[in-house]
Amino acid sequence: MITKEDVEHIGWLARIEINEQETVEYMEKLNSVLEYFGQLDELQTEDVAPTYHVAEIYNVFREDVVEECLPQETVLANTENKQDGAFRVPKIG
Amino acid sequence: MAKWMSVAQVKEKIEESSAEEVTARYLEVIGKSKINGYLTVSDKALEQAKKIDKEGHSGPLAGVPIAIKDNISVVGLPNSCGSKILEGYVPPFNAHVIEKLLAAGAVVLGKTNMDEFAMGSSTETSHFGPTSNPWDLERVPGGSSGGSAAVVAAGEAPFALGSDTGGSVRCPAAFCGVVGLKPTYGAVSRYGVVAYANSLEQVGPLANNVEDIAVLMDVIAGYDRRDSTSIDNKTECQKALVDDVKGLKIGVPKEFFGEGIHPDVEKAVWDAIHKYESLGATWKEVSMPNIKYSLASYYIIAMCEASSNLSRFDGTRYGFRESAENWHAMVSKTRADGFGTEVKRRILLGTYALSAGYHDKYYLKALKVRTLVKQDFDKALSAVDLLMAPTMPNPAFKIGEKIEDPLTLYLSDVNTCPINLAGVPSISVPCGFTDRLPIGLQIMGKPFDEPTVLRAAYTFEQNTDHHTKRPPEVA
Amino acid sequence: MAYENPDGIRIGLEIHVQLNKLKTKMFCGCSTDYHNAAPNTHTCPICLGLPGTLPVLNKKAVEAAIKVGLALEGEIAEETQFHRKNYFYPDLPKGFQVTQFDFPIVGKGKVVIEGEDGEHVVGITRAHMEEDPGKLVHIGSIEKSKGVLIDYNRSGMSLIETVTEPDMRSPKEARRFLDKFRNILEYLDVFDGNLEGAMRVDANVSVYWGTRVEIKNISSHKGVERALLYEIMRQKNVIRRGGKILLETRHFDEGRGVTISMRTKEEAEDYRYFREPDLMPMRVTDWIPAIKETLPELPDAKRARFMEQYGITDMHAKSLTSKIMLADFYEGVCATGMDPKIAATWTADVFLGELNYRDLAISSYDGMTIGFIHAKDPEIENSFKVPDMVELVTLFAEGKVSDRAAVEVIRAILDGTEEKTPTQIIEEKGLFKAEDDLVTKAVAETIAENAAAVQDYLGGAEKSLNFLVGQVMKKTKGTADAKTARELIVKELKG
Repeated sequence: MITKEDVEHIGWLARIEINEQETVEYMEKLNSVLEYFGQLDELQTEDVAPTYHVAEIYNVFREDVVEECLPQETVLANTENKQDGAFRVPKIG
Repeated sequence: MAKWMSVAQVKEKIEESSAEEVTARYLEVIGKSKINGYLTVSDKALEQAKKIDKEGHSGPLAGVPIAIKDNISVVGLPNSCGSKILEGYVPPFNAHVIEKLLAAGAVVLGKTNMDEFAMGSSTETSHFGPTSNPWDLERVPGGSSGGSAAVVAAGEAPFALGSDTGGSVRCPAAFCGVVGLKPTYGAVSRYGVVAYANSLEQVGPLANNVEDIAVLMDVIAGYDRRDSTSIDNKTECQKALVDDVKGLKIGVPKEFFGEGIHPDVEKAVWDAIHKYESLGATWKEVSMPNIKYSLASYYIIAMCEASSNLSRFDGTRYGFRESAENWHAMVSKTRADGFGTEVKRRILLGTYALSAGYHDKYYLKALKVRTLVKQDFDKALSAVDLLMAPTMPNPAFKIGEKIEDPLTLYLSDVNTCPINLAGVPSISVPCGFTDRLPIGLQIMGKPFDEPTVLRAAYTFEQNTDHHTKRPPEVA
Repeated sequence: MAYENPDGIRIGLEIHVQLNKLKTKMFCGCSTDYHNAAPNTHTCPICLGLPGTLPVLNKKAVEAAIKVGLALEGEIAEETQFHRKNYFYPDLPKGFQVTQFDFPIVGKGKVVIEGEDGEHVVGITRAHMEEDPGKLVHIGSIEKSKGVLIDYNRSGMSLIETVTEPDMRSPKEARRFLDKFRNILEYLDVFDGNLEGAMRVDANVSVYWGTRVEIKNISSHKGVERALLYEIMRQKNVIRRGGKILLETRHFDEGRGVTISMRTKEEAEDYRYFREPDLMPMRVTDWIPAIKETLPELPDAKRARFMEQYGITDMHAKSLTSKIMLADFYEGVCATGMDPKIAATWTADVFLGELNYRDLAISSYDGMTIGFIHAKDPEIENSFKVPDMVELVTLFAEGKVSDRAAVEVIRAILDGTEEKTPTQIIEEKGLFKAEDDLVTKAVAETIAENAAAVQDYLGGAEKSLNFLVGQVMKKTKGTADAKTARELIVKELKG
């Protein structure tokens, strides 16, 4: 089942900061849910194809036709962190 | 004006007086609300209504007010998805369903409360506090579209839009004693609806009667080229509303009547089935052996898709941002602080289930189980026209009662989530009460057979009076 | 003789080509014409990844991918689909990139290049479609960054990524592969290689058949060869000193010409690929016949035909087909009835040479006029017309101007700003070949004025003859025909 190290690792992959106490809490709650998920192992599914989408549709396309873009102001309207028309963030690190 | 009006009555009122007056009346009612159903009341609603009056009441929904769940994008109104992380975000585009509503002349009253990012069955995970069930203010309205169902039940909007990923329209419909439909997957465009689980969810209408559901479907359903999962198969819903179920074959899947079902719920649903029988339908028991695995399969798939869908919320382009000395730290802190606990749990689980070494064991496995569940539905529905079962195993529980243990809460989706795995249409209609709390009957149909589902629901309504009862707490 | 590859070098390339000739991006209708535009002016809710948006695939991107696949002799997949590659980076607005994973649209193929030992086959592993992220600009340097500015204009542009087998055995072979690959793509007209960001290369290289190192995001062709040369030397040095090559990713610093280790993050990335639920799979093999019809004659075939049809040398054919627009221009000149061998010399040797010297890249050809822009400064542009080439070469062939004069005319057109015909330029500059008696006079004068050189020549020094010819050319201001001048001098002095 999930260990503390696992929680730290998935916390990193998902970019969610988790402190020491939370790591333990998540570990417990996640394990109880995973244990429940384990019931799927009761089913024999080797010859069963996965269903990614309920309807069998193929070939959905659009034509190469230009549509209007958003004005720069609108694009930046939802943040204060901008400079010279670009989004501004701290150095990557 | 009566407090609760059907859409037909609202339209009559608009002709008698004006769209402006009707909208003003609803805004007044909302102003006195005790249920915390609306997160945003639109400051443009009255203006919209006035405009409709000026231009003439030509559209099918001209001047009719509607409430919209806060994960469906409306230009100029905040779109919080019940979360802190979308603080301040105002979409610059309308969802497809909103474009359709506006073209029909509808007036958006506001955005309604929901479980954060639609993850929940009680509207308790909302950053903005829970919504109260109009039937008992200390109880949950269901979720995740709890706000939409509650405002309709409380007379604060004639009808509303919600979204249903694992039961999020049908559950609150059952708990609040209103009608809620999850359309066939692909029937209604998802463009503009903030994704929780892309392959499972649909926008669904909520209203006080079946006809209003049909009216709404006829406006919002249909092919949208901006949604690659949209299917070109529009059915006429209002035309299907006929009071007749003679010869209708009903299947009753025993697996939907599990151990945890409240006896009053079971009785009410069987009474309903017998009612159908008295109206000329026949019923038989069917077996769907893989149903009990639906919950695990549903949650794995939903969490996996969600863990990816929610990666865009990092504070860079919009919403809440925590400061830090570098971008990765900024993102980690933003998401830690901006997301609620349940959302974080699901993201972590979904990340885990997709990660190297676990992908096949969880995600792929869940997709295979989904195939088995879908096959159960295909088989059952090949022998009958419709399936019927309780929507929720229990009536609305008290606020705070189940929120501590996620697994307990997940288990309440046991009757609703199989439907999302199979993609079939399903409606919940009021069919009785237990201790003055509403009980919902779930009617499931074949893909794109909304007409038969709605006809059955309509007939039931025409021959019973459950849907006429109103919550005393907010009268 | 087979190349032994003494250092056990294996090079594989991953090339990202941007389909900047499509009108719109991969999943939305934003115009692709964003180069030189202000930041964040070519974006929409979809390529910004705003919540609730959904992708819809550009049909032309799929057609382009099939074209590339066919040109690389690759198998086109029966069924192909998109996947999500999940990772966090500021230029990736959704927190995942829509790409292709285990069902790419193009499977195994090959490209034949001129290797160290003659024809050499470079295997193609696969080619697939994916979207481009946005662009980051560091405030300050990369090392001492004070912050980052993000422009999403590029976000959502269509990319085709081609992966080769590690079949290249030297930096030279890698460069030749890239030249050939790029040439093929230009023939297919799926991208404009002159635009910024049009082609980006990641290179994988190992020595002594050992551990490979990845060098990421090399943006120029020449950069690839330099990066590989440096990296091979670095690896050999490490091994010579008894060290081990680490499996790692490095960045190529174009300015300093070195590869630098990219600081690896504390934990490994896990992309958690899964099928993109918002896009449906594609079955498009029935498009192949129609697309095959639209494929142009590819470089190798054109080269063979040129040699056969025009009777020109392999070297000329190679030069002329190195750029499809140049090849078309050449055929335009030949179509007027010009002698193809003479046209080849003037086009492939002289004309192309003058273009390269001036760093002019061919940017257009409309059947009559071939256009160029300066490789480093797109503001500088010029053009040359087929009729002008025909006129000039005809004048030369008829003996009306010397070869030197003709070259001067070409230079005048390439450097000039006004539209002038060759005849006009020749007249203005007085370049018409000197009349015979003028040449005879110049020869006589030269012999008279350069007694020492004459003596040296008569004494056996051929070099002095060149000197004398040079003097005649000077006197006639270059209008004399050098060959004729030489013959006259020899006749005069030796009878």
